[in-house]
Amino acid sequence: MTAAAPMTALTIRLEDELFAVEASKVREILDLVPVTEVPHASPFVSGLINVRGRVVPLADLRVMFGMAQPEPDEDTRIVVMEFDLDGEPMIAGILADKVHDVTDIESASIEEAPKVGMRWRPEFVRGIGKRNGGFIIIPDLGRIFETQGGRSAPAAASEERSAS
Amino acid sequence: MNIADPTETFRQEARELLDQLEAGLLDLEQDPSNSSLINSTFRALHTIKGSGAMFGFTAVAEFVHEFETAFDRVRKGQSQANTALIGIALDAKDHIHRLIETPEAHIAGGAEILAALRIVVDGGTPAPAAKPAPAKSEQPASAAKTWRLVFFLPADALIYGTNPLLLLEELAQIGPCTITALTDRVPVLESLDPEVPHIGWQVDIVADDPAAAIDDVFLFLRDNMELKLTELATDEPIVEVAPEPVAPQPRPLIEKPEAIERPAATSLRVPAERLDELMDRVGELVIAQARLSQIAALSSDTALKTIAEELERLSSGLRDTTMGIRMVPIGTLFSRFRRLVHDLSAELGKPIEFITTGEDTELDKTMIERLADPLVHLIRNAVDHGLESADRRAAAGKSAKGTVRLSAVYSGAEVAISVSDDGAGLDTARIRAKAEENGLITADTKLTEQELYQLIFAPGFSTAKEVTSLSGRGVGMDVVKRTIDGLRGTIELSTVPGQGTTATLRLPLTLAIIDGMLVRVGKGRYTIPLAAVEECVELPENAAAHARGRNFLDIRGSLVPYLRLREVFATPGPAELHQKVVIVSSGEGRVGLVVDQIIGNNQTVIKQLSRLHSGIKSFSGATILGDGTVALILDTAHLVASGQSYVDRTIEGKAA
Repeated sequence: MTAAAPMTALTIRLEDELFAVEASKVREILDLVPVTEVPHASPFVSGLINVRGRVVPLADLRVMFGMAQPEPDEDTRIVVMEFDLDGEPMIAGILADKVHDVTDIESASIEEAPKVGMRWRPEFVRGIGKRNGGFIIIPDLGRIFETQGGRSAPAAASEERSAS
Repeated sequence: MNIADPTETFRQEARELLDQLEAGLLDLEQDPSNSSLINSTFRALHTIKGSGAMFGFTAVAEFVHEFETAFDRVRKGQSQANTALIGIALDAKDHIHRLIETPEAHIAGGAEILAALRIVVDGGTPAPAAKPAPAKSEQPASAAKTWRLVFFLPADALIYGTNPLLLLEELAQIGPCTITALTDRVPVLESLDPEVPHIGWQVDIVADDPAAAIDDVFLFLRDNMELKLTELATDEPIVEVAPEPVAPQPRPLIEKPEAIERPAATSLRVPAERLDELMDRVGELVIAQARLSQIAALSSDTALKTIAEELERLSSGLRDTTMGIRMVPIGTLFSRFRRLVHDLSAELGKPIEFITTGEDTELDKTMIERLADPLVHLIRNAVDHGLESADRRAAAGKSAKGTVRLSAVYSGAEVAISVSDDGAGLDTARIRAKAEENGLITADTKLTEQELYQLIFAPGFSTAKEVTSLSGRGVGMDVVKRTIDGLRGTIELSTVPGQGTTATLRLPLTLAIIDGMLVRVGKGRYTIPLAAVEECVELPENAAAHARGRNFLDIRGSLVPYLRLREVFATPGPAELHQKVVIVSSGEGRVGLVVDQIIGNNQTVIKQLSRLHSGIKSFSGATILGDGTVALILDTAHLVASGQSYVDRTIEGKAA
């Protein structure tokens, strides 16, 4: 967080919190499309969507931040993003309750996530920015997806065993 | 991206030439006197030398030059292409390969190989070091004769960078000569193509016997060019321009341009990624077309229907063509194994005849790449475990030379690749004993022969008494099994005691697109690979009553376990009435999958699941349906296996 250049970010709303994701990593923003449920997948990446002929996993950050998951409404969007997972590029969609705008966040205003006093697991938060007197949470998407990528395999296998 | 690094291009080309060289050498071992093989080998060497020097691989060029010099003697018939020579030549080829892959590193060993090569080449001939070419004339003047050479270069010679001037200079080195240009074929200016060499040359050379030297000059052109060499009467004065050389006793020394060895280059070299990209695009097109067809089917607009039908025809044609581009003859893979068998044969002291058939059988490119490892394992096993040692073969009344056969053949929409040996065959008693020892089965487990053979593919299983450097560690066969499963293929073993073993791999032709059966479970739609589907039946009404009891169906007398996909996928809501059972098979096993509805068949473009979902074993991929939604593809091999384990548990449960 020492870089001098401001972070150009796309701000989205999850429940009643503002989140910021790096705008340069955003491929497109979609209206809600039909989602295919994947049996035994973790609730965080429980679905697949079709993005221009590609099958892309749909992630729900609200699961990782312990938020409620109300039914989608007319503001619900899917933010399709590129990022690296263990050094390999991948594309995933992120469910957003509402997409706001693209904004610059001054790097000076970004602070490291406090270790205590937060509702969320601190390793999932890269930093907290301030804008218009409010807070913007910058999630560490790489970390969040890695946790899932590593965990889903054995978890799924055991679930499957119990089901069959 | 389009302009590739020239040295990389050279490397790629050199790799191919080295493969060609290796194949040529191995062929030569079988047929040592075949002059066209010797020539093609020599040509491959010469090209590597030339382009190596051009791209600054001087170490390569120097080494190859020596190699070539030695080999030149074989070409001239001064030395024999025997097994020793081939062995060293193969080492030399490997050395060249190393030099090309790591040009910076100073690689030792070249000098020894060359020394060994020289000794072998000199083996039969009293003459000391080989001379590069019978260059400078040392023939006594008395023996000198005058030869008339008339040649016309191939039409594409200039395009490929041939410089006639250099050729003439090389000819001049053979002996004193008089050169005359033949201009009678030069067309009028309007129709003159400046890139085609219209001028022919008549060269009168004074030399003893220049045929071989002239051959060298035209080494790369000879196939397509007109060339005539005739002897002139010694004291006949050199005549002035004669359109048709009328010489006494014309004696054509160089025969017909070697009947089209390779047809003119009509193939392109395309990076593999671009093909993958093309395949992706075609996949998307097929999906979009399916959506259009669906919309057209609902509409009453005949124009739209016509276009949709036409597009369907076009896109399926495009799909077939694109898949065709990706198809590669399996011979490219087979030729790699010849070296493997050659080396194994030397290492184990077992003489082996390696026979390949069906090299022109075509398979998807990615499939071929992934088949290399399993086939290496199978061939090693055949050589190491399958074939007996020469004396044991003799005792069994077989010829000392063992045979390993590698063949590929189409069977329906599949390709069957088999590796067979004429060795001792599988020892079923020993497999059984070993399996019991490892705790894979119990002493009273009843198994069919095929089931017993499949135990070989269990991880860590090996019946070899000793571990050799080649095989016997019990790793390998399970890798084979896993790779073949991953390619949606099957593997079967058959054996006749005392006569040999055959391992047959059955693989689908392509990985990218399959025919699928679309089914519905609850709200979700799933695709089952049609190749795995045996039949569909209605789930008997009373089956529900026994739901907790025995989940077996009676299919024409045999019991088939079934899995309720609603339970497997934890689908919410009560089961629907009139459920269907899709019976799928994989290898030897069968399982019924209970679904809510069978929707129909469709062409399915397979998309890999991302790493976030790759851990879920029930699905082998996903596909996009006509309406744009995603459907998961069921992994039948996995479901059959879990169905089977379900059976085992039920039986155990009853026994307990």
